Amino acid sequence: MSRLDQISAAVLEEARMSMPRLERQPFERRAMKSGILTGLTWMVAILGSIPLFSVIYMLAIKGGARLDLEALTALPPAGFETGGGFGNAIVGTLVMVGIGGITSIPIGILAAVYLAVLGPYSKLAGISRFVAKTLTGFPSILAGVFTYAILVINFGYSALAGGVSLAVLMLPTIVLAAEEAMKQVPQRMTDAAFGIGCTRTQVIWKVVLPTGLPGILTGVMLAVAGAAGESAPLLFTALFSNYYLSGLTEPTASLSILIYNFSAMPFENQIQLAWAASLVLVLIVLVFNILARLFGRPKV
Amino acid sequence: MSATAEVVASETAASEASAFAPLGDVVIDCDLQKVYYGDFLAVRDSSVPIEKGKITGFIGPSGCGKSTVLRSLNRMNDLIPIFRFEGHVKYHGQDIYGRKVDPVVVRRYIGMVFQQPNPFSMSIYDNVAFGLRLNRYKGNLDEHVQKALERAALWNEVKDKLKNSGLSLSGGQQQRLCIARAIATEPDVLLMDEPCSALDPIATRQVEELMLELKERYTVALVTHNMQQATRVADTTAFFGVDISEGGRTGYLVEMGQTRQIFQDPRETLTRQYVAGEFS
Repeated sequence: MSRLDQISAAVLEEARMSMPRLERQPFERRAMKSGILTGLTWMVAILGSIPLFSVIYMLAIKGGARLDLEALTALPPAGFETGGGFGNAIVGTLVMVGIGGITSIPIGILAAVYLAVLGPYSKLAGISRFVAKTLTGFPSILAGVFTYAILVINFGYSALAGGVSLAVLMLPTIVLAAEEAMKQVPQRMTDAAFGIGCTRTQVIWKVVLPTGLPGILTGVMLAVAGAAGESAPLLFTALFSNYYLSGLTEPTASLSILIYNFSAMPFENQIQLAWAASLVLVLIVLVFNILARLFGRPKV
Repeated sequence: MSATAEVVASETAASEASAFAPLGDVVIDCDLQKVYYGDFLAVRDSSVPIEKGKITGFIGPSGCGKSTVLRSLNRMNDLIPIFRFEGHVKYHGQDIYGRKVDPVVVRRYIGMVFQQPNPFSMSIYDNVAFGLRLNRYKGNLDEHVQKALERAALWNEVKDKLKNSGLSLSGGQQQRLCIARAIATEPDVLLMDEPCSALDPIATRQVEELMLELKERYTVALVTHNMQQATRVADTTAFFGVDISEGGRTGYLVEMGQTRQIFQDPRETLTRQYVAGEFS
């Protein structure tokens, strides 16, 4: 190698050394920390979904085996009977959740309109908001006892009483979620509506409610899903029935009470039905959620 | 000491400003002695006549109360519970803050375009038809929507997608949609609160050209941060200043006049400094 070559090689080497290094350095301190933490969050996410998926898996396997038309429509079997189903409990759950929804959804949304738009800083709003927040943590059995005291003692066990106890539980969830959803409506939207000459009613009706609708529906569906799975309040209010609903003032079957009753029985048939009923309950909640997402999407 | 001097100076400024004599018909005679938000004095001594068929520009540094003044003209400030003021705002001689006046009706005659484009989350067509439906408009809705969009110089860009969401448009298009929405109900006056501050230069240009066309039919009051914009479109310009002498930040009218005079031959030192870009 000539001297000139040596010099130019040395110059090149020096230039290369002084260049910033752009390659990825996985073992550099910061990169390593970042990698470890990313890995950790992945692991925890997977860990967290294990219980979730195992519940669904078990329900699908154990409940799916017994899920057929008979299970969905027949009446509950007696002790050593084979076959049977829980058609009356599906109807009962839907009816009672329906009653709960019809009472609590309009009241809840109107209350939320007051809290979010009409008088957000009033004393009444402050108190109502505090009470609603307290009630979300309310043990559900107390809703049952409350309804028992005001309705069942006087009028006996009924689907209506069951529906009312569910309404008590649904109300705070709906109020708080709907208030939050309406508060998210940007002020420039309401400004635009006022600026074009809307009255307060028109602003609420045409802008605040439609714009907040996805959030409101999410809250409603959360409340409905929660209510559908409740058993404690129904024990005190609707009790149970082995027959199809004949009137709203009769004791009424529900899926959650049926699961509670059947899962403790020493008969294989009933235990299988309890699994199937659990699966149906989950599917009902799932359907409600999907509907909420479909209707909750902004229209345009 | 210096505080007193400043107050005196600004008082003379105010009296001189009120000396501005409008040439044409005055649509809104606005005289705000004091505007408060709670205990905070936001604006004082600002008398701003809005002339018919012209563009009146409001300029001034941030916090000088120009938006507050604008929003008092159609009672948008009523939405802020702690707002109160002394003075009067008269629309064609009627006190719009009169006890029997319905602010909702005031806003139908004095429309507004806001700083951020704020179309409703509905289709382009419904956005423009919104105000018409509100007033139970009985004519041909399609025709009227088209006319409003044409006047807002947006028709050609949206005529094939009227069913698309108003929010799917670009920022400049959204602002022109808001203008179309505001003019669809045929207001008399259009208040524009920094309508171009969220837009890029090309969209700004389009909206400015639109303003010049709009003043053929409507009276326009325009708040702008952009002095060049005022020189390009405003016939009359009101310059507001901020008085920080009394511990607060109180805006007041420093000088009002023909735009050319304000920018080329201002009477007040403060105006001269501001239009020369010596402070903002």
